[in-house]
Amino acid sequence: MKIAVCIKRTPDSESRFKIAAGGAGIDESGVKFDMDDFASYAVEAALQINEKQPPGETIVFAVGPDAIQETLRKAMSMGADRAVHLKSDAPLFDGISIAKALAAELKSGGFDLILFGRHAFDSSAGVVGTATAEMLGLPCVTAVSHLEVSPGKGSARREIEGAGEVVEFSLPAVVTIDEGVARPRYPSLKGIMAAKKKPLESKPAQVGPVRVSVKSMELPADRPPGRIIGQGSAAVPELVRLLQTEAKVL
Amino acid sequence: MPNVLVFAESRGSDLRKVALEATTAARAFVDASGGGEVHALVAGPAGIAAKAEQLGKYGADVVITCEHAGLARYARESVAATLAERAKQGYRAVFMPFSANGRDLGPRVAAKLDAPLGSDATSVAMSGDAIVVKHPGYANKVIIELTITGPLAVISLRPSAFTPVEKPRAAKTDSVQPAADPGAERVVVKDVVEGAKGKLDLGEAPVIVSGGRGLKEAANFKLVEDLASAFGNAAVGATRAVTDDGWRPHSDQIGQTGRQVSPQLYVAAGISGAIQHLAGMRTARTIVAINKDPEAPIFKVADYGIVGDVLEILPVLTAAVREAKKGH
Ligand SMILES: Cc1cc2nc3c(=O)[nH]c(=O)nc-3n(C[C@H](O)[C@H](O)[C@H](O)COP(=O)(O)OP(=O)(O)OC[C@H]3O[C@@H](n4cnc5c(N)ncnc54)[C@H](O)[C@@H]3O)c2cc1C
Ligand SMILES: Nc1ncnc2c1ncn2[C@@H]1O[C@H](COP(=O)(O)O)[C@@H](O)[C@H]1O
Repeated sequence: MKIAVCIKRTPDSESRFKIAAGGAGIDESGVKFDMDDFASYAVEAALQINEKQPPGETIVFAVGPDAIQETLRKAMSMGADRAVHLKSDAPLFDGISIAKALAAELKSGGFDLILFGRHAFDSSAGVVGTATAEMLGLPCVTAVSHLEVSPGKGSARREIEGAGEVVEFSLPAVVTIDEGVARPRYPSLKGIMAAKKKPLESKPAQVGPVRVSVKSMELPADRPPGRIIGQGSAAVPELVRLLQTEAKVL
Repeated sequence: MPNVLVFAESRGSDLRKVALEATTAARAFVDASGGGEVHALVAGPAGIAAKAEQLGKYGADVVITCEHAGLARYARESVAATLAERAKQGYRAVFMPFSANGRDLGPRVAAKLDAPLGSDATSVAMSGDAIVVKHPGYANKVIIELTITGPLAVISLRPSAFTPVEKPRAAKTDSVQPAADPGAERVVVKDVVEGAKGKLDLGEAPVIVSGGRGLKEAANFKLVEDLASAFGNAAVGATRAVTDDGWRPHSDQIGQTGRQVSPQLYVAAGISGAIQHLAGMRTARTIVAINKDPEAPIFKVADYGIVGDVLEILPVLTAAVREAKKGH
């Protein structure tokens, strides 16, 4: 199948964050960046589909500054065949404007399947995939935890509060990937070498007007420091007392 | 005088609590912005109109119902088209919950209207001509304040961040037809697999008891379930270590790549407290941790920690909670 995967470069989720001077962004010094977690699940899902049902082609797309090329290379070292960098230095918090750039690029690609992460770590918004689908006029299933595709059709499961929804849809389609579909592989040394020779095309992104912008960022209030109240089951009566009298949750 | 259109979410033939939350949030937003009207749209099978009436109690001026047999299950394309069609009639914003289906709907509606979208807001207000929202990003580790410009915006609201408040109105009623035939959906719901009957959703449960790898094996989750049932109002959660091993379904996972929850009480049993797990539960009001390792990071955030063996402590705690509940 011809599969497109849209990926984002985000700070590593293990990072300890500080707010940058000016207060409208995070301090990037000392922060590691990597492929967004859910996007990496989407890359893995595409690779597995094409490995199980060859022939196929997996092409990765990213909107962002030049630094995002490193993320595209990583996807190719996992096994993607080629990459397209849609260059933009615009801030990336307006999902609709990013979706416009991706939709303009993907429109004439003839893809059977277009995959996204369910949401990006930094924006935590879950906008870009579904909005791109809408702009392309394609059916879209969001936040799927299980996915199966065969020529012309797919089925998926998504978790809704307290239940699982099982759906069927026709291809071409857009799917946004939740955890559970596939755990991403680590690039092999061979993959890393091969990726250096794979094609990476870079061109200007046609991002839409930016209407969502960061006014300020702040760290959430710290929790009070933790407290150990005792050892073993002997501490249970004290715990119950605190839950009743102090926390008032019992 | 901004008018707000609310998507009041339903499941089957019932309104969801998030529908009341979104209506409350819209009422407060409109009242704080010089007044205006709140119109709440409910889409569902025949009979949903009767359930929708209560939205007037939470501040809706107009309750709009879209009844159709094909809306008994979530018809994403039809509902998105219906909301977008209505939203063109002079609203400043469309509010909806950031629930599983609200997340799915928001970007569809925003793209159809070519409107900006502010996701997962914990607060929303007008600021001059713009709308300003607060939204926890970076897996809840950074609070982002966003300015949203343009004449019409879609805003989705974090479940439980807004508490339903009664502000009764004599709501007018209106009805609309689906703007796209629910029978023509390209994504067809084949089945809705319900969780165990009476099971509380993690997002709505006041108490969550979660287990980690410290429970040693899947069968020992019985101890976690027993404690949850002793509380009576509790749901069961898990770490990724546990869902990876198949002890619990992925839908039970709490954390950065699972559910993000803010219960009144969170009990972490045999959980180390990895940063990705904390991302899903650090906003709980009270945290209890039981772990045999006094250095486990979970103790840094636990209001009440007990060092020891979960397998020994859980049954004793369960009995004590049962006893305490009886006293009420
Ligand atoms: C991209 C990414 C996303 C992730 N997302 C999530 C997520 O959403 N949610 C999540 O939970 N994790 C997530 N993780 C995984 C996370 O990093 C941890 O690996 C995981 O949370 C550990 O689970 P655990 O606490 O059950 O297991 P462990 O870390 O193995 O901890 C087990 C704990 O049990 C204690 N213990 C052992 N025996 C006993 C006993 N008899 N009595 C009492 N205590 C005992 C030990 O002291 C230890 O602290 C993610 C990781 C990555 C890289
Ligand atoms: N700048 C971008 N370039 C390519 N894909 C993106 C970009 N931003 C977001 N995505 C994709 O859209 C998903 C959801 O992002 P978001 O809507 O920001 O939560 C991500 O997991 C990526 O798959």
